Amino acid sequence: MDSTILLFLLQDGITNGALYGLLGIVTVLVFAVTRIIFVPQGEFVTYGALTLALLDTGRVPGTIWLLIGFGVVAFAVELWMSRHDLNARKIVREALIKIILPCLIALAVIWLAPMKLPPWANLLITLAIITPMGPYLYTIAFRPVAEASVLTLFIVAIGVHLSMQGLGLVLFGAEGLRGTPLSTLSLPVGPLVATGQTLSIYVLTLVTMAALTYFFNKPLFGKALRATAINRLGARLVGIRTSLSGAIAFVLAAIIGALTGALSAPMTTIYYDTGFLIGLKGFIAAIIGSLASYPLTVIAALAVGIAEALASFYASQFKEVIVFTLIIPVLIWLSLSSHHVEEEEE
Amino acid sequence: MSDLLLSIRDLFVSYGKVEAVHGVSIDVPRGQIVTVIGANGAGKTTLLNAAMGILPARGAIEFEGRNILRQPVEDRVGGGMTLVPERRELFATMPVEDNLLLGGFLISSHERAQQLEEVFTRFPRLKERRRQLAGTLSGGERQMLAMGRALMAKPRLLMLDEPSLGLAPLIVADIFAIIRDLRSAGVSILLVEQNARAALRVADSAYVMELGEITLHGKAADLAADPKIVETYLGLATH
Ligand SMILES: Nc1ncnc2c1ncn2[C@@H]1O[C@H](COP(=O)(O)OP(=O)(O)OP(=O)(O)O)[C@@H](O)[C@H]1O
Ligand SMILES: [Mg+2]
Repeated sequence: MDSTILLFLLQDGITNGALYGLLGIVTVLVFAVTRIIFVPQGEFVTYGALTLALLDTGRVPGTIWLLIGFGVVAFAVELWMSRHDLNARKIVREALIKIILPCLIALAVIWLAPMKLPPWANLLITLAIITPMGPYLYTIAFRPVAEASVLTLFIVAIGVHLSMQGLGLVLFGAEGLRGTPLSTLSLPVGPLVATGQTLSIYVLTLVTMAALTYFFNKPLFGKALRATAINRLGARLVGIRTSLSGAIAFVLAAIIGALTGALSAPMTTIYYDTGFLIGLKGFIAAIIGSLASYPLTVIAALAVGIAEALASFYASQFKEVIVFTLIIPVLIWLSLSSHHVEEEEE
Repeated sequence: MSDLLLSIRDLFVSYGKVEAVHGVSIDVPRGQIVTVIGANGAGKTTLLNAAMGILPARGAIEFEGRNILRQPVEDRVGGGMTLVPERRELFATMPVEDNLLLGGFLISSHERAQQLEEVFTRFPRLKERRRQLAGTLSGGERQMLAMGRALMAKPRLLMLDEPSLGLAPLIVADIFAIIRDLRSAGVSILLVEQNARAALRVADSAYVMELGEITLHGKAADLAADPKIVETYLGLATH
């Protein structure tokens, strides 16, 4: 292969790697606050991508009905969980957040979608639809079992992933969609072309990585979110609202997931199950980063992306096999070299 | 404002169908140390956890005259009470200093910095080890950190669950000296202890708990002289 092809492959690998990196970041983030291995993040990618693609064609995306459904169920779960301690103010507040808000968003989308707004406006609408799903999902599936073991939470996460994927099939059908690019900008760089789309992916990945690294290590509020996962009871005893911590993590996860989907929608055809595979590679990167470091996760994600690009050149039908096989020695090396501080041993 | 800081009336606490605390009433007057002593499994931890809001309970709990029975834990912390739980519940993978700062999560950053200095003055050992991970501390240091973290919230009522648990006699003496100091600094204390001798020595008033009920109540000094108490709770202790 000549150097131009190599450069093309590298660029392709880095772009995909940056997307995996974003999802790896979400995995680390959600785990750091809630101890949940966030399997359903791929669905947020899919929902984001397909919602944007539908808006681009002037159609009303089915995700608005899902948003309302999630809101109503979350409302019911919320009332059930606080059934011993209900008052009118609380009911009204919860109804505003979980029923009125999604209905307003849905109405706005029904009104705006046929206008075929510019891509950036559709991106904002997509975020408005997908973001609230994060905290609703947290209330429905994870808050009732928040004290459970990592394994139990993982099993719940797999259940959520399967049902959200099924809902995706119902909403979007089996055929794929492709979005229109956010910008038509394209800059020649040597033999390569940097498009506005790829540049925005790079920027988003770097900014997210830097912002979260800062947020979880410097301000007390970020430390409080981490403390929630380290010792939930300890966190409550110092006055941290642990259910709020979880909801915040899921808001961030939903935003980043939807953005990842929206940014990848114009580059490849997205099917109802595309998100899962992207998410899985992000998950591998997060594991290599020990579920703890954002920069390490992004570096690992770039390596996964590049390995995948090279593998698809040499043996495209074995691309996934090669990538997942390469991971095994890395994981073995990691598990041999890791030493943890014991959590409370009593 | 009444001089009763915490008043618990007819409190019932259950684990599922099993009731562990049956109609307990306890008062903590402002500025005093009140101790609850009793055998293993008497329900002392259950009582403290219910008072803090970790466990749901029936009955009445008033703090500074306000009914807090239905308040979530976080609001009780903000309201001025903190608990050092039996299992400490530290943030094991965070440094000592972060554990302490998080203890002051609900107060302003200015107060937090001030309070951190105060805690470091009270526990110089924690200052030396401020960068060490909490999970790697010794048992005594952990207990100091747990108390320091609770004090960071500037509580008016500090509830301690077995602060001497598993500690060497010398460190126990230190801890009880600090408890006495805290009372002088205006913090009221509800103290649950196995070490009845030390607890009765430091406390103003005392309750004896047996099988989920209060069976005796009086001035700590009177209880320490009560032959029944001496026989049951103080007889075997050698110091
Ligand atoms: N989570 C639980 N589920 C069921 N029963 C419990 C639970 N926790 C405590 N109990 C029971 O409640 C009773 C009171 O326990 P508690 O921990 O309050 O006792 P204690 O006085 O603090 O004892 P110790 O001095 O050993 O700490 C015991 O019989 C105990 O077995
Ligand atoms: Mg106990």
